[in-house]
Parts: sequence; C-alpha cells; structure tokens
Amino acid sequence: MDLLTWTGQFGSFLNPLILASVVIFLAGFFTNFVLTVAGVRPGELEIQGDGTMAINSTPADYALATMKYAVLLFVLCCIGYIIGGLVLPTMEQKGIFGAVGQRFLPVWIALIVTFALSITFKRRLGLYGKLFDSLIGMIGFGLVMFWVFSAIFASLVAPFDALDQISSMRNEVPGTPTPEGEAFSHYLFGGDRLGRDVFSRMVLGSTYVLQIAPLATLFAFMVGITLGLPAGYIGGKLDTVLTFVANLVLAFPVILLFYLLVTPEIVQAGVPQYMSMVLFLFPIIFLVVLFNSRYHTQPTIRNVLVGIAAVVGFWLYFSLISDRANLDSAVRFWPESVDLFNIPGNLLIVFVSVVFVNSPTVFRIVRGITLDVKTRDYVAAAQTRGEGPWYIMLWEILPNARGPLIVDFCLRIGYTTILLGTLGFFGLGLSPESPDWGSTINEGRRLLTVYPHPALPPALALMSLVLGLNLLADGLREESLKD
Amino acid sequence: MGAFILRRTGVMILTALCLTFVVFFLTNLFPNLEKLAKTQGNARMTDEEVVSWLDSNGYGGPMILRYGEWLGVVPGWTREDEETGEITGRCIDFGMDPADAPTRCGLLQGDLGFSTVSDDEVGNIIGGRLQLTGILMFWAFALMVPAALLVGVLAGMREGSRLDRSLSTFSIASTATPEYVSGVIFIVFLASSTTGLSPMLVELGWLDSGTLFLGSARSAMENITFWNFFLPVVTIALYGMGYIARMTRASMAEVMTAQYIRTARLKGVNFRSIVMKHALRNALIAPFTVIMLQFPWLLTGVVIVETLFNYNGFGWTMVQAASNNDIELLLACSIVAVFVVLVTQLISDIGYVFLNPRIRIA
Repeated sequence: MDLLTWTGQFGSFLNPLILASVVIFLAGFFTNFVLTVAGVRPGELEIQGDGTMAINSTPADYALATMKYAVLLFVLCCIGYIIGGLVLPTMEQKGIFGAVGQRFLPVWIALIVTFALSITFKRRLGLYGKLFDSLIGMIGFGLVMFWVFSAIFASLVAPFDALDQISSMRNEVPGTPTPEGEAFSHYLFGGDRLGRDVFSRMVLGSTYVLQIAPLATLFAFMVGITLGLPAGYIGGKLDTVLTFVANLVLAFPVILLFYLLVTPEIVQAGVPQYMSMVLFLFPIIFLVVLFNSRYHTQPTIRNVLVGIAAVVGFWLYFSLISDRANLDSAVRFWPESVDLFNIPGNLLIVFVSVVFVNSPTVFRIVRGITLDVKTRDYVAAAQTRGEGPWYIMLWEILPNARGPLIVDFCLRIGYTTILLGTLGFFGLGLSPESPDWGSTINEGRRLLTVYPHPALPPALALMSLVLGLNLLADGLREESLKD
Repeated sequence: MGAFILRRTGVMILTALCLTFVVFFLTNLFPNLEKLAKTQGNARMTDEEVVSWLDSNGYGGPMILRYGEWLGVVPGWTREDEETGEITGRCIDFGMDPADAPTRCGLLQGDLGFSTVSDDEVGNIIGGRLQLTGILMFWAFALMVPAALLVGVLAGMREGSRLDRSLSTFSIASTATPEYVSGVIFIVFLASSTTGLSPMLVELGWLDSGTLFLGSARSAMENITFWNFFLPVVTIALYGMGYIARMTRASMAEVMTAQYIRTARLKGVNFRSIVMKHALRNALIAPFTVIMLQFPWLLTGVVIVETLFNYNGFGWTMVQAASNNDIELLLACSIVAVFVVLVTQLISDIGYVFLNPRIRIA
C-alpha cells in the first residue's frame, strides 16, 4: 500500500477551492485594511424619503462581505473532506483528513445532536441557551465539546492503544500504512520515536486532560470559595492572615513550585500527600457548612444532608489520600477493603500541585466579589432577619457572585490545562509514557526539526481546547452582561 | 506616602523570609540530603554513615539554625576533627586558615554557597546566567509591551467595532497559546529544513539554504543575531501579549466612556486627537500595573523557552539545579525568582499610586 495523501480523492477539486478561499480572504483583508487606513467608513443605515431603510454600502462593506464568503467557503471545504471520508470506500480515496474525519464520526454525531437540541430549546435554557446567541460563544462551546466528546468516545475514535508499538513504524510520516494484520491500516498522523500511533495518542491524551483539568479547577474553587467568603465578609485579622498566605503562594514562581513539589525526593518525604490531606478537606467543609447553614432550623433534614455529605465525603477523602499500593506511604490509616479506588501516586501529586497553584487566585477573586456584594441591600436585609454569617455568605452572596465565577471557571480550566501541559513538558508528574499532551510534546520536541509530526498534533490539540475555553468564557461574559 | 512605602517594604521582607524558608525547608528535607550524601560521598552508604556524613558536613542540627546560617545571621558551623585536629567549617574555604575565616557567611554577606554539581561558587554561575536571561527578557519586553499596548488601544478606542472584535479574538488566541505550543509551532514552520516555510522558500530560490530562522538559540549566547534570537523572543512575547492587550483594551474602553471624552467630542475635537491627547494617558495607568505583574509569569515562560531553545540562561540553570539536586544553586535561583516577583509587585503598587492622581495615601 502507498502513503496516503492529505486530502484524498476529493482533494482534486477541494484543494484548489480551499486555496482560493485563503487567497480571497487575504485579498479581502488587505483591501479592508487599506480602505480603513484610507478613511473609508463602513456604510450606515439611512432612512429614505419613502420611509424605508437602506444601507449604502461602501467598498469597505464589499471587502468585508468577501472575507465572510471566503471563510464560509473554507468551512464548507473542510466539511467536504469529512463527508469524503465518510462516503468514499477506500483509504486512498479518503486521504488523511477524510480518514481522521471518519474516525471522529461518533464525535460529529454527538456534536450535531447537542447543537440541534440546544438551539431548538435555547429560550428555555437560561444562560446556557443564551450562549447560542453569540457566534464567539458557539465556536468556543463547539471546540470544547469536540474535545469532551473525543475524551468520552476515545476508545472508539483511537484505532490503536496508547502504548501499542510497531517497531517498523518509528518516526514514519503521516499516512504510512501499517504492516498486515494490525488493528488499523494506517498511522494517520505518523509514528513517534517508539513506533506508537501519534493520532491515537492525541485522542487518548484528551481523556487525561479533560479528567484532571476540570476536577482540579473545581477543587481549587472549593478551596478558594471556602476561604475567600469569610475573608471578604468577616474581614479583620482573618482577612489579613489569609490574604498574606495567598500572596505568599502567588509570589512563588509557578515553575519553581512545581519542581519543588514534584521531585522524587520531596515526594518521598510525603509533602504532596500532607498537602492533599489539607486541600481535599475543603470540599467536605464546604458541603457540610453549606447544608448546615441552610437547614439548621430543620434538624431532621439538616442531620440527613450533613450526615450524607460527611460520610460520603470522608469515605472518598480517605480513599483518595490513602495509597493502596504503597504500604509505607506517609498516609495510610484506612483498611484496604473499604478503599474505594486508588489514584496512582503521580496523578495525585500533579492534581495537588495544580489545585494548590490555582486556589489563591480563586481566593482573591471570591474575596473581591464578596467585598462588593456584601454592601448590597439584600445582605443587609438578611442581617436584619438575623441570619447567621455562613448562611449569608453561602446562600446570599455566593449565588449572586455566580456570573463572574462561572466565567472565571471556564478560563481557569484553560489555564489549568496549560499548567498540566507545562508539567508534562518538563517531564514532571505523570509517567513519561502517558499520552497526555504535555508529555507527548516533551517527547516530540527532541527531534523536532527532523521529525515535526509527533509534537505538532498534541500542541494543536492543547491550543484548540484552551482557545475554545477562552472563547466560551468570552461568550458567557458577553451574554451574562446583557441581563 | 513614606509610611506606605515603609509598610509595603516591611511586608515584602516578611514575605521574602517566609518564601525562602519554605524553599530552604523543601530543598533540605532528609531524602534530598540523603541523596546528596550518597552522590558526594559513597553511593553505598549505610544509614548511619549518611547521618555521620551529614553531621560532619554541617547538614545536621535543627533546620531553623541551618536556615539562619544560610541567611548569615547565625555564625557558620565549625567542627574539629578528633583525630587530625583539622578544623572545618561553613565559612572556612579549602586551604584557608580557620583563624582568618569570617564567623558568618550567608546571603547577607553575599555568599551564596557552593554548587556541588558544577564545582563552582554559586555567585559566579548565577551572574553570567542572569545576564543571558536579562538580554532575552529585555528583547521580549521590547517586543511585547509596545505591540500589546497598540493592540489594546486600537481595540478599546471603538468598543464593539469590527477592529475591536478581530483584535480581541487575536488576543484571546494569543493567551490560549502557551510557550511550549507556540515554540513548537514556530520551530516546525519556520526553523525546520524538512517542513514549513523554509524548504518552500529554498525551492523558490528566495533563501540560499538552511532555514528561515534557527531553531536553537545556543549560538545566541555568544553572538545575538536576528536569525538565531527571533524565535525565542517572539515565543515569550506572544503568550504575555494577549493578557496585557486585553487589560489595555478594558482600560481604554472605560476611559472612552468617561465624561471628559464626551465633552471633547461635543466640542468637536477630532477623534485622533481625542485618542492621542485625552484618552491615552489615562488609559495607560492600569496596564502599567499589569505589565509589572507580568514579570513573574514571564519567569515561567523564560524557563520553558530556554529549555526548548537550548539557551543556557537562568531558567535553564534552575531546571538543571532542580533535577540534579544541586541544593545551594536551587536556593540561589529561588532567591532571584522571589526577589524579582516581590520587587515588581512593590514597583507596581508604588507606581500605581504615583501615576494615578485619584489615589492619595496619607
């Protein structure tokens, strides 16, 4: 079998079209730029004598319209490649793009269903539905959901396992056919230094990233909220001390902190485990206080809710921090039989360091919002009613601070993804053969100028996910400000 | 004002003490020292031998005392060998008469210790490396700050316009591209002889041979040229740029809605001079703070870029020190890092008060 071409059979007419769209876009962009510099304003609405309105288009408008159609043509061509991949019978005809498009079929279906349902019912879906009014927000949401669905369907999408090696495929270029009898006929994005499939590793890497990043961000938010609310609301000495500690962590250069926390000697001393013991307490505290402050007047409901939160929370907590595999680990006071799951040591350390780095920033944001919100009338009303401070913080202030917090949550997942990539890039944390994007980039960069193909797909994947999260946050901010 | 600066400086010194102690604590945990003993002495030491080696080399005793020694407020340790009567100590260099040695030698005396891996005084190593990184940082800032301010001001002067939307999208994209991603992309497309732009240009005859830019900045340590230094500088500048640009845009957009801008427009002042004379100066106060606070972030970027492009500056040294368990060198690196962070914070606080006439601190 031959090397696959990038675009396959449809490429013969789609390639010139896509090239034309790029040229037209650039031409439109430069015309627009020149016209703007020359002082040509875009046309404005004018009310004519007979009561109708008209736009008097200027050359600048035409240039813009050209750019729009060029983008449309580009998108249509991309869809064309994917359709080509779905309908054409052989791999040679599909090309690499077509074959990749075909592998992602479950993701496309899930995306189309999500968008169709969301757009149909968008008026009934609150802030989430409003997201579909903004193009930027929709693009961001699409990018994020693409990777979320890839992570969910990773085992369907990826043709090979992350550690499958074919020794004859070392550093082979994209589209190289695999030997007879392998799970899939080609290495779509080529093979890496050890003969593993770059495409499969990119897809499987998304599972790692999309499991750790949102969860770590959630933990950081729990810590930040639990400490930030009292710091802002009660103030005084508590605020001074907490702010000082937060600034202390913030003044630490992130990369130095990672090196200090993740090096084997420090792990051996158990520092990250002690930190995890402290940090993982906060979600339990948060939930218990949340339910207690709301229902303390109805002891039965309170006891049930607080009891459930405490029992489930502590069970998960001890399962999380006690290490089943390592008998002499620093923390081990939980019998093996009730240890629900085991987090590999490396993963726990990475998780803890990312939560630790993110929490102070969340703390500062929550504290700032609290200082602003606590001067509102409804807080004063709750104080007059005689509500306790925790009720006011968690049930009056927090729900009213949700807008900026949701936006920051999206941004922070992106930032956490970048941090995870940084850790992987320095070979810290997760095991070197894990397919997460940072480690893959780190492995690919050694031979970058000779074999660029192993490092590029994870780099672009990471970039598109973070870009999607940032655009989503931007769209959410814009839509929530419209209220 | 004086009291404000004094208080800020006090808090800064306290923060510096806490941070250095944390670093000292983490780098001097027993497993680190055990590894040090085994690399310096004998790899097959027993546990007792490790403890006695540590004792005789001044790593015994309580942590807080050793921190004091390192800081230079507690007299350095001395020790007399029972058999030979030879006196060794922290402040006694090899071949020095113990009587001449100073009692205290630490950070305050300007003695940063000895790098066990490079076999050299830490001060000598750090100095040269910092200079290299300084050059990199300087060019990154020289590119990043004007570009970010330009993008931010252009986007913010007409909020919601087409220009604003495209420039804002550009800044979002730049904040979404960390250095290790943009660096990889740049190297692949601009500095590889097999893919990207370079082979195309060679084919067209526009480029003699080789690559458009050099993918390694090793040669830039002796001789900086546009060819070997452009990519690392752009890689650092790009990631930080988006954030500064967005802050500038927000600040500019806020200023443009102010009353005095409306007054100026109603007076019939043309738009260009409103932006240049009325808005710009006030809009640049907030970005100043952001730019100063960008230094710590740049530090991470510098470490990544120096590793990616093989530029043996400060960041590269820090990575080497951390992975080689070179305790004294790592401590010195963290001092520099912490110092940079705290000083930029102080400058940004004080500068903000100076620049913004609305804030007066009695």
